[in-house]
Amino acid sequence: MSATSTPNAPAFVAKTKGGRITNFVDERVGGSGILREFGRKVFPDHWSFMFGEVALYSFVILLLSGTFLTFFFDPSMAETRYAGSYTPLKNVEMSVAYSSSLDISFDVRGGLFMRQVHHWSALLFVASVSVHMLRVFFTGAFRKPREMNWVVGGVLLILSMAAGFTGYSLPDDLLSGNGLRIIDGVIKSIPVIGTYTSFFLFGGEFPGTAIIGRLYMLHILLVPALILLMIVLHLFMVVVHKHTQYPGPGRNDGNVVGYPLGPVYAAKAGGFFFIVFGVVALMAGFFTINPIWNYGPYDPSPVSAGTQPDWYIGFVDGALRLMPGIIGDWKVEQIWFGHVFTFNVLLPALVPAGIIFTVLFTYPWIERWITKDNREHHVLDRPRNAPTRTAIGMAGFVWYCVMWAAAGSDLIATHFHVSLNDVTYWLRALFFVGPVIAFIVTKRVALALQRKDREIALHGRETGRIVRLPHGEFIEVHAPLDEYKRYKLVGFESPSPLPAEPNAHGVVDKKEKRRAKLSQWFFEDRVAPATPAELAAAHGHHGTHEAVEAGDSQKTLSH
Amino acid sequence: MKALSQKRRHPLAAIALLLMGLLVSGGLYAVATTVNQAKATTSFSANDAEEGGKLFAANCATCHGMGASGSKDGPSLVGVGAAAVDFQVGTGRMPMQMNGPQAYKKPAQFNDEQTHQLSAYVASLGPGPSIPEAGVLDEKGDAANGGELFRTNCAMCHNAAAAGGALTRGKFAPALADVSGKHIYEAMVTGPQNMPVFSDANIGPEGKRDIITFLKQIEANGSPGGADLGALGPVSEGLFVWIAGLGVIIAFTIWLTSRTS
Repeated sequence: MSATSTPNAPAFVAKTKGGRITNFVDERVGGSGILREFGRKVFPDHWSFMFGEVALYSFVILLLSGTFLTFFFDPSMAETRYAGSYTPLKNVEMSVAYSSSLDISFDVRGGLFMRQVHHWSALLFVASVSVHMLRVFFTGAFRKPREMNWVVGGVLLILSMAAGFTGYSLPDDLLSGNGLRIIDGVIKSIPVIGTYTSFFLFGGEFPGTAIIGRLYMLHILLVPALILLMIVLHLFMVVVHKHTQYPGPGRNDGNVVGYPLGPVYAAKAGGFFFIVFGVVALMAGFFTINPIWNYGPYDPSPVSAGTQPDWYIGFVDGALRLMPGIIGDWKVEQIWFGHVFTFNVLLPALVPAGIIFTVLFTYPWIERWITKDNREHHVLDRPRNAPTRTAIGMAGFVWYCVMWAAAGSDLIATHFHVSLNDVTYWLRALFFVGPVIAFIVTKRVALALQRKDREIALHGRETGRIVRLPHGEFIEVHAPLDEYKRYKLVGFESPSPLPAEPNAHGVVDKKEKRRAKLSQWFFEDRVAPATPAELAAAHGHHGTHEAVEAGDSQKTLSH
Repeated sequence: MKALSQKRRHPLAAIALLLMGLLVSGGLYAVATTVNQAKATTSFSANDAEEGGKLFAANCATCHGMGASGSKDGPSLVGVGAAAVDFQVGTGRMPMQMNGPQAYKKPAQFNDEQTHQLSAYVASLGPGPSIPEAGVLDEKGDAANGGELFRTNCAMCHNAAAAGGALTRGKFAPALADVSGKHIYEAMVTGPQNMPVFSDANIGPEGKRDIITFLKQIEANGSPGGADLGALGPVSEGLFVWIAGLGVIIAFTIWLTSRTS
């Protein structure tokens, strides 16, 4: 402990009672040392850095509201007849789980509000985790040394989806039962082991009498515990790595510019918790979520129109909706060796999600291999300054959104008065074409923005003032930027393609050649930041507006 | 009996059997379908039918043909009954605004008396489902039973909360809020547009009364949890949390970090 007194120094005695108590505690647990260390941690200020906090806070709200719900929820699938106060379901046969969810909604004081707080914060939790990951991806914050923390974040995303889905299934209403039925169908479509796995999970034939109790245990015990563990790992690594920062004057890979945690940032972050709680509480107070009383008890025979999962499972549901059962004359469901292989369920349910998460988890290593960039990065990229990465991200994002939209295809059809079939055909086409278009468009937009930045750095901002010179020429006056703003426009790296290099044996192997090709693809279209020489030239001639060409002919690497 | 078994290989035996089968199934069908038709208690006067005939000739015959015998543009209306006319004309679906996968509900083009006259005319052409009596529309049935019937028979198209849903190729099942009990009943017995017929053999008048009671009750109950976001389920909830929820939070994050840059 840090605060041990030496024999020859007189023991410190605080003047006030409060001070003496504080000193007593501090001498035993060393709190001041911890506070000194953490209170000085510096956090750069930017709104986009706060989504992780939103996720953390919505998780805290989930724990609080979820604990309240466990006081009243009974995860039993025993049959009962509803005797609560919602008359349209009076005396209807249902499970105890559904009955107790209805009791929470109608007969427990504040129960409906807490249920809605829990569900809205669940949606917000996964949404903020996703936005946080998008921010990290598009700014390149996953680069060394944060690759492992990126993976932990990906695990957190999967866990948050698992927490959401297990919770969605608990009320045992028609909607959640339909969702479970789809999961059951997906499990059964796995060749050979599918049926056995389904029987194992459901304790017999679907729906059985075991699944709600099992999901409940996963939902309140295992999944939250894993999430907590991952959050601890995640935050520990944030402390170790320190926070990233956007490029700016005085910021480099060796420092962090921002406010210390105490007192400014602690106050902001603490207040932000209550803001998030307040927003969730307002949503829960004024907007219905999951009106389970509308759906009625689960019964495997009815399926309601507009049956969708919560938004974070939507992309899987959408992929299932997009998959045709027959392609031309070829039936996607095949019977081989007397066994049915239901590829029209298996492929859409597992392949897109598999691709998304595989690419997500491996991307930091893929980019590191292509760029051979082994340096630590604490200064972020503006998305436009890494055009190919931004384009890859947007391609994936659009692909996800196409599947996402497909999950709402029926609502698109009814609300825009178009044919459901046409919606499906368009989305099927976009499933393949959308990411390609997104890649090309994003890359071009990023490059165009870089050129614009370069133009502004060299010539200043257009003022809109047209001046006529004595010899009759008209020019528009450009106002030069101040140094701080200009730094933002020129202070970035623009690597050029890295050609194949021989290995230790002096051989350029096939893998290295492939890497060089990818590097070429990654970096061949590039806009170099304006160099000091170019800036000097441009500003030297500023009055007469003699254009310095945008430097496409002199792409120089400036680092 | 012996004579019958001796003649069982007669060349005409198969035809006789076929005729018998057709007679039996046809007869049974006739009995089954009349379950729907009986009870034509709404009395139409001869004058109603006559006036209705004139209205029909002026407004409907272009597509449905003179004498409602049908044309290539519209089906024959002989035997569709007064209930079908009352539903289609009363909800404004007929006269149809334009051809399409389905006729849209719109302000009614005929007043109650004219609708009554048109119904009388079509009912006079042949027996069909009649306009329901007030007894089944009193909204005092068993809502819980109605809910179960609704979820089993109707929710797959109309949505469990009766918010409507999509069908193939631009067809759709409309939302049921603000639809009168009479029109709901008539829709069940006549199967308008793309809806199947729910005959009295399928759901009896009591069941239909329960369904109407259920629909009216959930409509009157409103949404206990606050604004219902269209009662469209997780899609509208997801949109709401992404746009409104995250939007407000992003506004706060910008505010919190706006003092410095």
